[in-house]
Amino acid sequence: MHTSTLSELAQALEAGETTSEALTRETLERIQAHDGRYNSFITVAEERALEQARAADQARADGRAGPLTGIPFAHKDIFCTEDLRTTCGSRMLENFAPPYNATVAQKLDDAGAVCVGKANMDEFAMGSSNETSYFGPVTNPWGDGLVPGGSSGGSAAAVAARLVPAATATDTGGSIRQPAALCGLTGLKPTYGRISRYGIIAFASSLDQAGTLTRDARDAALMLNTMAGFDPRDSTSLDREVPDYSASLENDLSGLRIGLPKEYFSDDLSPEMAEQVRNAVREYEKLGATVKEISLPHSHLAVAAYYVIAPAEASANLSRFDGVRYGHRCENPQDLNDLYLRSRSEGFGEEVKRRILVGTYALSAGFFDAYYLKAQKVRRLIQQDFTDAFSEVDLIMGPTSPSPAFAQGDKTDDPITMYLEDIFTIASNLAGLPAMSIPGGMVNNLPVGLQIIGNYFDEARMLNAAHRFQKVTDWHEKVAPNSV
Amino acid sequence: MSISRDKIEQVAWLARIQLEDSEKEALEGKLSDILGMVDQLQAADTDGITPMAHPLDATQRLRPDEVTETNKRERFQAVAPETQDGLYLVPRVVE
Repeated sequence: MHTSTLSELAQALEAGETTSEALTRETLERIQAHDGRYNSFITVAEERALEQARAADQARADGRAGPLTGIPFAHKDIFCTEDLRTTCGSRMLENFAPPYNATVAQKLDDAGAVCVGKANMDEFAMGSSNETSYFGPVTNPWGDGLVPGGSSGGSAAAVAARLVPAATATDTGGSIRQPAALCGLTGLKPTYGRISRYGIIAFASSLDQAGTLTRDARDAALMLNTMAGFDPRDSTSLDREVPDYSASLENDLSGLRIGLPKEYFSDDLSPEMAEQVRNAVREYEKLGATVKEISLPHSHLAVAAYYVIAPAEASANLSRFDGVRYGHRCENPQDLNDLYLRSRSEGFGEEVKRRILVGTYALSAGFFDAYYLKAQKVRRLIQQDFTDAFSEVDLIMGPTSPSPAFAQGDKTDDPITMYLEDIFTIASNLAGLPAMSIPGGMVNNLPVGLQIIGNYFDEARMLNAAHRFQKVTDWHEKVAPNSV
Repeated sequence: MSISRDKIEQVAWLARIQLEDSEKEALEGKLSDILGMVDQLQAADTDGITPMAHPLDATQRLRPDEVTETNKRERFQAVAPETQDGLYLVPRVVE
């Protein structure tokens, strides 16, 4: 069953060819037997998953099953799951079992989906290679010694290894799309505010958005149908109707207007990568789309604006980890400041401390206007570029990442090199636009991601475009050589 | 732009992060690199541009002033490092 997509498993369950308990047992056994090679899970929830599976089978027997009922999946370990350890990849939360569910976790529970465990990730989602996790690096199933991307590296590796058919993930600057690209998956980051952030451990609140990692667009649509929607508990959640994302997958693409930003095909992208992306776009022309070059003139400022806004918001969000209410506490604190200082210094890893310091500096007296306010103004310019572009085109396409999967250790010594991994993905977070990555080619036998950026709340059109592409190409069916 | 050792120590104190001397040395270079990279922003012409806080310019919603959450003190304190009589314990701050 592990070669099946989520949609195929849903059909098999519906047809009575298997049960959720059987699927879940098989999934848990595969994780037990093979995850040593990838380290994609921090926590495996065996008993809890089997209980959920039996409940799902009962729900089906009672005629209460939906499309996700009984489907095993993994949560990125950033989603709070009631009574199930949630670490955010950090020593700070090594023993934290949340007293409540994230809205996304609750919605998937209510839909009858079976959470088999919590996926590894960069610490507090800060990283692009899954090497900053306190629980060790994750290995990409496309090659030993290769990173899966980050920060949702465990979610991506678990799906690419075929341990689970789908995983939840989050994307603050590319943390869904870049791992999707490096692992040959379909990764969707919806519009900011489309999915509730309640119960997702906050990194940069004005940028964070939850989404999915799946094998294809059809599965992403099924997940989004359940995960999306207004939530009064998230003050930035937007109250918009949730369409049936599965219903429009087959729509005709004739007349679809695609824009290719010339700034995304600059020297930052190797000629081999550019060729693969252009070939993928040519498939869309065959499907009836028209393609034109566009310009997003402020693109070169996106990484700089992001590395002010994200660390600034992170420094504020992570101030809650003080060793008092939850999380790591140092031994024998001498006084209150000693408690704060040692609990935080022991609990946070190097990259997290670095970003807290950058953010604290950017927000400190005398620097706020020059950094945070300036970055927020540049953010508006970047958004305006997109608004102008979407007056001429329906979707924007380009590369997801500058290169395919790279070797572990390659970029850990130089933060800036690592930050540039997200050079093509950050702008859509700054603008709050939905964006996805789908497999669009291969370079050196490694997957290349095609990025699709849509207008606000245009996820249905993006999924439609991705699905039609996947019907005429087989990049998404390529199997990682080290998968199960 | 580069950042001095004194400034790193001051910022680390504000953030309540304790740094070893070896960490401070490594940070001088790396933080200076990061701040140098973000200094590209200064060249952008942003005269008359309104800062952007929410991508869709949403504002805070208001709701009726009604009690909607129940008291879960015991549940929340069960994950705390140290509590007593329903209170969170920290080292003595007042003699």
